[in-house]
Amino acid sequence: MAKTANKKQKTVEYGRYGYFFIAPFFIIFAVFQLWPLIYTIGLAFCEQYTDTMFNTVVGPTFNGVENFKTVFMSRDGVLFDTYTFHSLWNTVIMWLMNFVPQILLALLLAVWFTDTRVKMKAQGAYKMLTFMPNIITAATISVLFYSLFNYPNGPINQVLVSMGILDEPFRFFNDKWATRGIISFINFWMWYGNTMIVLTAGVLGISPSLFEAARVDGANSGQIFRQVTLPLLRPIMLFTLVNSAIGGLQMYDIPKLLTTSGYGDPDYTTRTITMYMRELAFTGAKQMGKASATSVVLFVVTLIVSLVMFYIMRDKDAIKEKKQIKAAQKALAEKQAAAGKGAN
Amino acid sequence: MGNKNEQGGYHAKIMATAIFRNAVCVFLCFLSLIPFWIMIVNATRDSVAIQTSFSLIPSTHIMENFAKLVAQCNENVPLYQYMLNSCIIAGFSTVLVVYFSTFTAYGVVVYKFKGCNFAWAFIMAIMMIPVQVSSIGFFQFMYKLGMSNSYIPLIIPAIASPATVFFMRQYMLSALPLEIVDAARIDGSGEFRTFNTIAIPLMKPAIATQAIFAFIGSWNNFYTPSMILSSQKKYTLPMFVQLMRGERFRSDYGIIYVGLVLTIMPIFIVYFCLSKYIIAGVALGGVKE
Repeated sequence: MAKTANKKQKTVEYGRYGYFFIAPFFIIFAVFQLWPLIYTIGLAFCEQYTDTMFNTVVGPTFNGVENFKTVFMSRDGVLFDTYTFHSLWNTVIMWLMNFVPQILLALLLAVWFTDTRVKMKAQGAYKMLTFMPNIITAATISVLFYSLFNYPNGPINQVLVSMGILDEPFRFFNDKWATRGIISFINFWMWYGNTMIVLTAGVLGISPSLFEAARVDGANSGQIFRQVTLPLLRPIMLFTLVNSAIGGLQMYDIPKLLTTSGYGDPDYTTRTITMYMRELAFTGAKQMGKASATSVVLFVVTLIVSLVMFYIMRDKDAIKEKKQIKAAQKALAEKQAAAGKGAN
Repeated sequence: MGNKNEQGGYHAKIMATAIFRNAVCVFLCFLSLIPFWIMIVNATRDSVAIQTSFSLIPSTHIMENFAKLVAQCNENVPLYQYMLNSCIIAGFSTVLVVYFSTFTAYGVVVYKFKGCNFAWAFIMAIMMIPVQVSSIGFFQFMYKLGMSNSYIPLIIPAIASPATVFFMRQYMLSALPLEIVDAARIDGSGEFRTFNTIAIPLMKPAIATQAIFAFIGSWNNFYTPSMILSSQKKYTLPMFVQLMRGERFRSDYGIIYVGLVLTIMPIFIVYFCLSKYIIAGVALGGVKE
């Protein structure tokens, strides 16, 4: 009822001011985000590069789907066997390697922090410290880990050798999985605190009477977690998942600054798609056209990921319930109408 | 008797669980701190000591390393310049983010106009688009406008931050009664004046939270500045961090660690003063579904 009352108060003669208030947002959005996006998509169908010999820009000239051909197919005509898709694959692997342990640990901590039987008195301090890496500059953290894992005299090598775990210093950044592991670890370490705080807030948002009712009915902790906590956390988990996936696809700072050359050592196995995109656009022949085609691929993948996730994680029960409620309301309204007629 | 024993067993079990859980959390906190501790310790040791042995006890060479870093930087761009640049960009964009996000949210919440619902749906839809996907076009466009190597492309786009608008709207729905706006109108206040003198003060808690996040986000941004800025004089702090990985610094680890400490310190201080609000803000942002 309150809602409709508010709506009535939004009087018509003042309505036009609304346009003034939202205008700055939409103008700036159109100039600095929408137009660049259209520009990028347009460039993806053009040839533009810099002739390195004479240092002149060639193009942009329309060349159809030529850029997309080179993005999707290797010279031998093998689909997806291109640098673009290799780097996309690297990105996805490194995201998965960080997200799976991240969400599991965050869930575990969220359950622990909200357990009413085993109270954690110091959880404020735990939250503060585990969240801390999240707000520190990613560039700094990356260079810090580069120094920590350095060969041959980085602190990690020094400790491992002096403890006798390694016989001699290990070149972490020459090993594909070690480097990917370090990148994933940094992401995991930076983000699990954030996810944990979000999930804790989610669990606290669930009505305590539901847990009590479950306990009275004789459910054990595991059952309560599976049957009450998890289903009700679903919207927040979806939010975390989509956010993390979209952020993960854009991964740039950490892999860019972690390895020695900055181009995804060793052998481009840690080069993410944004790194490759910028390499195309700003180094060597500055192939803006092909770089744009790569960003269009990234855009489409980002879009698909969020749509698919929303579709999979959509709450089927809630939709069903909504339908039932609607049907019930309809029935009730009919009944009332009938009753009203009868009374009249 | 049996009952009592059982109860004792139950309590012992709870105790054991509590100890185990706290131990895990203490370990995780240790994990969060140790890289920074190693960094701080190494910043105080001289380069040769860092190369030969590992230590967790600070030494006394910090001023020496710091002097070397300053001298090394002064050959090109003095160290404080990077900090100043970061402060300028982060400061201006923070002001724009919070002011114009509140402004936009006010327009959507208070006024009923044609396309109002569409505008809101649009803002929600673009929230998920990351800046990276349009960055090539963004760079090209800025280059054509002659704004590459300028701070304008780093500051002005802050006016359109859909996520902050979303947060502001949610907060405004509960914190700003429309009756107050009507009362102001009756008293003869203009619409923009009502916004500046009545809505803004009521929104202060939300503005404070969002300002912290906007500042940290801009301060930490590496992607856009490293694409737009080309002259070293205009570099921001994260770009200075990238420079430290270059050849000139690689020979002396003491300098690198001191440089890292310097870039982290401002955020450390901000965090330890405001961590309560930051964590509350993260929790609030997550439950917006």
